[in-house]
Amino acid sequence: MNILKNLLFHLDRRIIYLAVALAVTIPLMLHFAVPLKPSPIVQSLFDAIEALPPESKVILSFDYGPSTLPENDPMAFAFARHLLTRNHKIYMMALWATGARNLDHTIEQVIEKEFPEKVHGVDYVKLGYKAGDEGLINTLFRDFKGMYTTDGHGTNINDIPMMKEITTLEDFDMILNVGSGRPGTKEWIQYAGDRGNIPIGGAVTAVEALLLYPYYPRQLKGLLGGLQGAAEYETALISKYPQFGKTGRQAQVYMGPQAVAHCVILLLVILGNVSYFLGRRRK
Amino acid sequence: MSFFLSPLILNTPDYQYFALDKINLFVILILLVTAILFFILQARQGKRLSIRKIAGLEAVEEAVGRATEMGKSVLFVPGSRDLDDLQTIAGLSILGSVAKMTAQYEARLDVPVNRSLVMAAGQETVKEAYLAVGRPDLYKPEIVHYITDEQFGYVAALEGIMVRERPAACFYMGAFLAESLILAETGNSIGAIQIAGTAMPVQLPFFVAACDYTLIGEELFAAAAYLSQDRRMIGSLKGQDVGKVVAMSAIVIGSLLATLVVLSGSSFIDSLFQAFIRLFALNY
Amino acid sequence: MKKRIPLIIIFCVGTLFVLAIFLPFPPFPAMEGEVSVWFDILKGFAFVLGGGNLIRVTADKIRKGHPDRFYLWVTLVGFFGMLGVGLFQLGGPIASGGDFTTEGLWFRRIYDGIFAPCMAAIFSTLAFFVSSAAYRAFRAKNREATVLLIAAFVILLGRTPLGNSLTAWLPDSLSFLKIPWLFEKILMYPNTAGQRAILIGIALGIVSNSLRLILGVERSYLGGEHS
Repeated sequence: MNILKNLLFHLDRRIIYLAVALAVTIPLMLHFAVPLKPSPIVQSLFDAIEALPPESKVILSFDYGPSTLPENDPMAFAFARHLLTRNHKIYMMALWATGARNLDHTIEQVIEKEFPEKVHGVDYVKLGYKAGDEGLINTLFRDFKGMYTTDGHGTNINDIPMMKEITTLEDFDMILNVGSGRPGTKEWIQYAGDRGNIPIGGAVTAVEALLLYPYYPRQLKGLLGGLQGAAEYETALISKYPQFGKTGRQAQVYMGPQAVAHCVILLLVILGNVSYFLGRRRK
Repeated sequence: MSFFLSPLILNTPDYQYFALDKINLFVILILLVTAILFFILQARQGKRLSIRKIAGLEAVEEAVGRATEMGKSVLFVPGSRDLDDLQTIAGLSILGSVAKMTAQYEARLDVPVNRSLVMAAGQETVKEAYLAVGRPDLYKPEIVHYITDEQFGYVAALEGIMVRERPAACFYMGAFLAESLILAETGNSIGAIQIAGTAMPVQLPFFVAACDYTLIGEELFAAAAYLSQDRRMIGSLKGQDVGKVVAMSAIVIGSLLATLVVLSGSSFIDSLFQAFIRLFALNY
Repeated sequence: MKKRIPLIIIFCVGTLFVLAIFLPFPPFPAMEGEVSVWFDILKGFAFVLGGGNLIRVTADKIRKGHPDRFYLWVTLVGFFGMLGVGLFQLGGPIASGGDFTTEGLWFRRIYDGIFAPCMAAIFSTLAFFVSSAAYRAFRAKNREATVLLIAAFVILLGRTPLGNSLTAWLPDSLSFLKIPWLFEKILMYPNTAGQRAILIGIALGIVSNSLRLILGVERSYLGGEHS
């Protein structure tokens, strides 16, 4: 008992790190997936995309870097699958320099593999990264082709069939932002959504999601918060479109380790309080 | 060039010369600016204005003193954003005060930054601070040095500095993103006294949990005034409080009206409530 | 003069930008977008300062025989290596001006193979730090800390299916005790209220700070004494 007490009072942080490492690694190795029912805020975004008329023009903005790939990639993939299945036109761009690579990743991993019939320039277009942060959104709001004079492959923007009807951001039917910081969903809401009454959907990391709850449901059609939000969206997508049952479960698989890690953290919090109260009693 | 010539070369449509849909914003702005200017003038005329104690700022001198006694350095991180962010400027203002203390106590100061413009401004700030207390001999340009623009590369470098050099005091003052907890926990593991300040609401809980003192939101912007005890800057803080009174009153009145609408079902009160909301609505 | 000119520029530009919000005729609406592009151009050139400083400080330390010389060499090799690989677009048609993410370019290979995993690794350490911070910080030391502890429990459980199953058995009349319901309400109400209160304070702080900068009351960023 004394050994246990001493261990609690002087718990080395490396033991905590080891516990978390095991909590993440073991479920990952065992492919422990977690089924999740979509929450109202996620279902709302799913329904909003479902309700778009066919061949709607949707911006998909990749505003995240390699550090948040496990959280944001499943969101981007799910959006791409959903939009292309519904035959909407996707305009893929990035406000982050590191977002450009993630954009390519989505095209390579999802569009070219699962939708080989879709044509670049007709069904989706890679516009790529442009510097300017919220200044870019401001400029795109007034003159889209003024900033994007070519697409990501260097083709003149006026030679791209799906760009013919685009002059400003207000020509789009929806903006979906996959982000992990600034500039991100909030900037899209402030500089595009609010100004032009353009529906905005957000898909952000769990930490960023806390800041965006106040914008739902007026300025945000829905919000995917963190890996859980991505897993819920995948559940909604697979229920409606079972063909994604095999390829579209990335977030659900990652939720297994997250759920176990959360339980380990809860246990650590309980242990921390136990050691605190035992220590108080000692005094 | 066409950007500047556009009013001359454009056709002549019917222009509004003032955005009437933003008149409410203009009125609120004038109110705030007037209040701030009024109290700055009051302070200039010698009126004594006091502000409450901020524990984090009271501890700055203690932290620098601790570093001097232990013979270790003081690490100052002015945030991870560029000079166009007001939090970075607030951080640099605090750097000026901290640099004066380190010069007086002859403690070693280390300011790694991740933006070139912040580096340039930081070097000027530290140099002038050392000059102001008569210790230009202690100033070295390497005190403020550039690492990398990339967020996690910067964090990795800061972690390495903390673990190798083990500063006794760590200051995190500015805009931070995901790196806030990484820095704070690393600082905690080396036993440094940590004082943080940020206006990023999402990062505040991490700093509060892991640091000894945290400046929350507006306290970061008030820090320069607090540390310098400049009368005019303290006056501007007083003017800011007028804005808070307006905000609080609006929240209370709005909540009361909203409650009355639900309880009474009166269309008159409802129209009053809608008119009240429009007073504060943004109409771009 | 060294400080007076920047102060005049700050006063003029600051006042202009504040007024630009209320002036709907050209060139004011486009001003913010244009000037932020100018700032990005400035940042690009300013990088030369930062890069130069990094090379000078690192080379100085190597010359003085710093004990961690090896890692300082890694810094310099990485810096110049990536610069060369990117500038000359090695692995593809040299100086072709094409996309840096083109297949085969060494820049892309180094980005995918070294840069991206390193960024992900550093971000991943957050998971460990969150655990150690939670162990240390969430203790019921007083009333407020106890409320925080209970809220933390609800949020942590609410983010897992365990939270849903723990209280799924409760009847509908007690649905307010179900963890998913509590999770949503904590985020929608006290979290939102707290965030908004902090944001109002921050916004007022920004207005006051901006006015001090425009009027030249606050000058520390110029390296000067407060006036």
